[in-house]
This record gives sequence, structure tokens and C-alpha cells, in this order.
Amino acid sequence: MTERPISENRGAVVIDEPERKREGVSDAGVAPQAEADAVLQESAKLAEVTRERRRQVKEGAGAETVFELKDVSVTYGGSYAVQGVSMSIRKNEITALIGPSGCGKTTVLRCLNRTNDLIQGAKVHGQVLYHDIDLYGPKVEPVEVRRRIGMVFQKPNPFPKSIYDNVAFGPRVGGFKGNMDELVERSLRRAALWDEVKRDLKASAMALSGGQQQRLCIARCIAVEPDVILMDEPCSALDPVSTLRIEELMDELVSEYTIIIVTHNMQQAARVSDRTGFFTVAEGQDEKDHRIGILVEYDLTPTVFTNPSDPRTEAYVTGRFG
Amino acid sequence: MSTLATQKDVSTTPPISLTSRRGRWHRTRDGAFRGAVTGSVLVGLAVLVALIAQSLVEGWPKLNWNLITSFPSSFPEKAGIQSAIFGTFWMVGIVLVVAIPIGVGAAIYMEQFADTEAWFNRFIDVIIQNLAAVPSIVYGILGLAFLARGFLNLGPVVLTAGLTLSFLVLPVVIIASREALRAVPSSILDGALALGATRWQGVSRQVLPAAIPGIATGSILAVSRAIGEAAPLLLLGALQFITFNPTGLNSSFTALPIQIFNWVSRPNVGFHVAAAAAIIVLLCITLLMNAVAIWLRNRFQQTW
Repeated sequence: MTERPISENRGAVVIDEPERKREGVSDAGVAPQAEADAVLQESAKLAEVTRERRRQVKEGAGAETVFELKDVSVTYGGSYAVQGVSMSIRKNEITALIGPSGCGKTTVLRCLNRTNDLIQGAKVHGQVLYHDIDLYGPKVEPVEVRRRIGMVFQKPNPFPKSIYDNVAFGPRVGGFKGNMDELVERSLRRAALWDEVKRDLKASAMALSGGQQQRLCIARCIAVEPDVILMDEPCSALDPVSTLRIEELMDELVSEYTIIIVTHNMQQAARVSDRTGFFTVAEGQDEKDHRIGILVEYDLTPTVFTNPSDPRTEAYVTGRFG
Repeated sequence: MSTLATQKDVSTTPPISLTSRRGRWHRTRDGAFRGAVTGSVLVGLAVLVALIAQSLVEGWPKLNWNLITSFPSSFPEKAGIQSAIFGTFWMVGIVLVVAIPIGVGAAIYMEQFADTEAWFNRFIDVIIQNLAAVPSIVYGILGLAFLARGFLNLGPVVLTAGLTLSFLVLPVVIIASREALRAVPSSILDGALALGATRWQGVSRQVLPAAIPGIATGSILAVSRAIGEAAPLLLLGALQFITFNPTGLNSSFTALPIQIFNWVSRPNVGFHVAAAAAIIVLLCITLLMNAVAIWLRNRFQQTW
């Protein structure tokens, strides 16, 4: 993360009033140094937790597989966007997909909850198994798939309605019959947003700050009690402090959910993920010479970043291209 | 600055000049352009003011409550526009009930469900664009041929007029609704679908509500335009001397523009005064509707 947006942080922190109080930053004259220290401290804490989890990940080598991708390719109107991706994604882990623009990492992510179906001309080849069920099998209902596999988008996209209605929408369309107030509160708490919004749940979601909106989108996603949460560059529109909060949140959520995150930010992948898949763009083999995304390397995150087996991965993670 | 000046060789650096010989010409041109666009606004405004002033001055003696509560009469001093106002409101009611659901439905299909690449849908798109530009008299002929006479043979009744005006505003309602729906970012629908909503749930519960202010504004403007239409109604055979309010869809009727047209064409000057007063009432109704549309737009405008 660059230093420049720090000045913008202060704006965001002022909007997140209760958040600032909880973190013990004084109201009178925000001291930039103290704030920066607090951020660094939190960041260090997060890294510690991630390291701890990674140890467990390594030990629990036989963990349950959620997704099994077998030679997955995606074509848009006949030309390949991404080709030959095989990887298995495990339960209660954070899997990061990294790589340069146009390498197909978002396309692969969108295969996992059949969001690619919504794009005209998109076609998925190969097999995507979700708990051993073929997601593209003839009897599979995309609506059911998306109910189990939630998604958080690049740009926060709250509905132009109240905070409450944003969270309640998913359960409502899913036919939820229980106590909605309780579910909304629980979801907002899980997304670490409750304390900031509990005073006025009827307020418009559009009035929240960007970071709060993104946490609301996560709360909304959690409210339908999915099994997996897909995140498509969830922090790319956020400032560093909001980014840190989302990362902390991911860290808490991964004990209950399986998280797959696409990110442009290599440091973010290194900070939060357990496994990392590195994608890159290869020159196409077909006669039209399209550029095609391929999966180069998929391994434990520390391995990918410190001891990659492919020279292309090494070049990318050390910042020599991309 | 002083260190900078000493370091540079002053003799070779051209002196900085912030004046320009072309400056005057630029200023003149800017001024002329500004004058031209301001003039355009003033012309539009002047026409409206002249129209209102002229009607007010001429119609003032007749502009009272009696005008609104009385029915047409052979005597200008007794003549009123109650039946015309009611006729107009009946037609507006029919247009609201017929044109808006159909128009919004068509817009939802075109924006959210249609395959925009298919030739069929592109064809419909072009047709709708063209229909919006068809003169209103043509809709009058359509109404006369297919509704008043022909297959349906409804006769010159308020239902015929309402349906004809519905056809007239339908393309405008569709275009306005499509624009309102298109203004809702696709990320809203994506978000709804990602939560396990069906396409219909996403459209009906998120996209459509978000587009309602825009749809309402466009529809009101379309209807307020239809209120002033005289040509298609004349063609349909709206009666000009009706001393009762419409009692049902099958009732004979008159409408404000028809009444005005009728009065203006009479030789008795007293009726000209009544026409001017009726023009004021008609203007008030349309301006009121436009004001509601503008208020709606400002009140519920959403920035994404």
C-alpha cells in the first residue's frame, strides 16, 4: 500500500465516528502518528493471526475440499478467456487468486457461483465440482448455487434502500421465516458493522462510507448463510484503513466460511490468504492468437511468495512485472 | 525565486508574457456566444410569458369559479368548462391505467430480459423510437379506424379517446422508462442475483423500485403533453357541446382543448374571452403536473 492515501484515511475515520472512538483515537486533533501506529499495530496483529492459521492449514493436510476445478476453460463468444485451470479449494481457508489484468482470475471466480451465466456468450468447459456435485450439471439450479455461494463485488453495491432492507433482502427472497430483526443484527455483528449502524437501521445504505458499504455488502452476503464467500477485489475501491478492517473481517469469517478472494494487491494476498493461485496471460494457441489466462502456480501462500516453483511467479511476486 | 533567476542566463530566456493579441478576439467571441445562448433562453421564456399574459388579459373577466362549475351554454356569460375538465380527467385516468403498466412492462422487457443482439428486439427498438415521433393526428386516424369504428366500433366515447391517447403516449412512456431503468447500475441486479434472487425478484424488488422516480417523472410529462392534444380527439369526433360529465367509459365527452377550439372558432367575442380563460385553466393543469414531475425528480434523484 502506498503512503499517499493516508490523508484520505482521516476523512474516512471521521465518518466512521463510533469506530474511531472504539479504537481510542482522541476527538480533538487526530494525531497522524498515533493513527498510523494504531494501523500498524492492527496490521501486525492480523499478520500474527494469519500465521497461526497457516500453521493449522499446513498440519490439516486432509481438509475437506469445497471446490474441485478440473481443466476449466471459459470462452466468450467462442474465444478463450482462460484455459485449463485445475485446482482444489479447501474448506475454511482463504484462497487468493492473483495475477496481472486480463489473466482470467475474475472469470474463474465467476465460474464458482455461475455468475458467468449472466454474460451473453460466456461458456464454461471442463468440470467445476462443488462438494462433488457438478455445478454445471443439467439439473443444477443457478439460483440455488448462488444462495450457497455468496459474492462480494469490487465496487460496494448496496441497494438504494435502508441498511435493514439491504441485509433482509437475501433472506426474504430465500423464504426465510424466522426472526428477521435478530438475523439482521447477527449478520451486521458478524460483519463488524453493528456498532456503527445500530442507532439507525432505517438510514439509507447509500449514506454510509465506502468501507461501511462494503462491510454492509458482506453482512448482506452472510445473512443468507452461505457456505462460501467469493470476493472480487473487495478492497480495490477502499482506503487502507477500510481495507484493513475488511481483511480483519475475512480473518474472523474464515472459521465459518470458505473465502476465495481475487486481488490485484499482492501484499493483501500475502497478508490474509492461506493458499494463493497465480494466473498470468499466455499468448493464445488458436489461430486468432488471443491472449489467454492460465493458472501458473497454486500452492500455500508462503511458498508462492518466498519459494515459488515457476520463474513467472517469482518475477511477478518480486515485482518485476505486472 | 531569486535563486532561480540568478542561476538562469537572463539574456537567452525569452521574457514571460501573459498578454495576447488574440485575447480581445477571444473575449469578443466568448461574449457573442454567451449572448446567443442567453437570447435563446429569453426567446423561449418570452413566448411563454406573452402567451400567459395575453390569455390572462383577455380571459380575466371570465376567470372565476363559475367558469369551472358551469357547463357549456349558448350564452357566453353563462358558459363553463366543467364537463370539459371532467372529460380531460377521465381521459387522463384511462391513460394512466392503460399506458403506464404496458409502457413500464415493455421497458422492463427491453432492458432486462430481451436479448439486445436479436434482430427482433432491435427491430422493436427502432419501431418504438419512430412511433414516438409520429404526429398525433395519425394516432387519431388509428383510433378512428380501429377503435371508434371498424372492428371494435366503440363510437366517439371517452374510452376511445383515452385509448387513443394511451397509444399516443405509450412510446414516450416506454422510452422514458427504459432510460430510468438503464440509469440503475447493473451492479444492483448483480448484487441481488448473487444473494440467490431470481432475475424477476431482482428486477421487481430492486431495479424497478430504484427506477420508479425516473419512470414517474417521464410518465407524468408524457401525460401532461397528452392533455393538451386536440387533433386526435377532433378526428375521433369528440362532441363540442356537452352539458353533462362523463358517467362511464361509454359516455360522450368533451375535453379542454376541444372546448377551447370550439369557442375560439365562434363569431361571438364573448366566447373568445371564455376560451382565453379556459386556456389559463389548461395551462395551470399542465404546469401543475410538470411541477409534480420536477419535484419527484429532485426529491428522489439517486446518485450512484
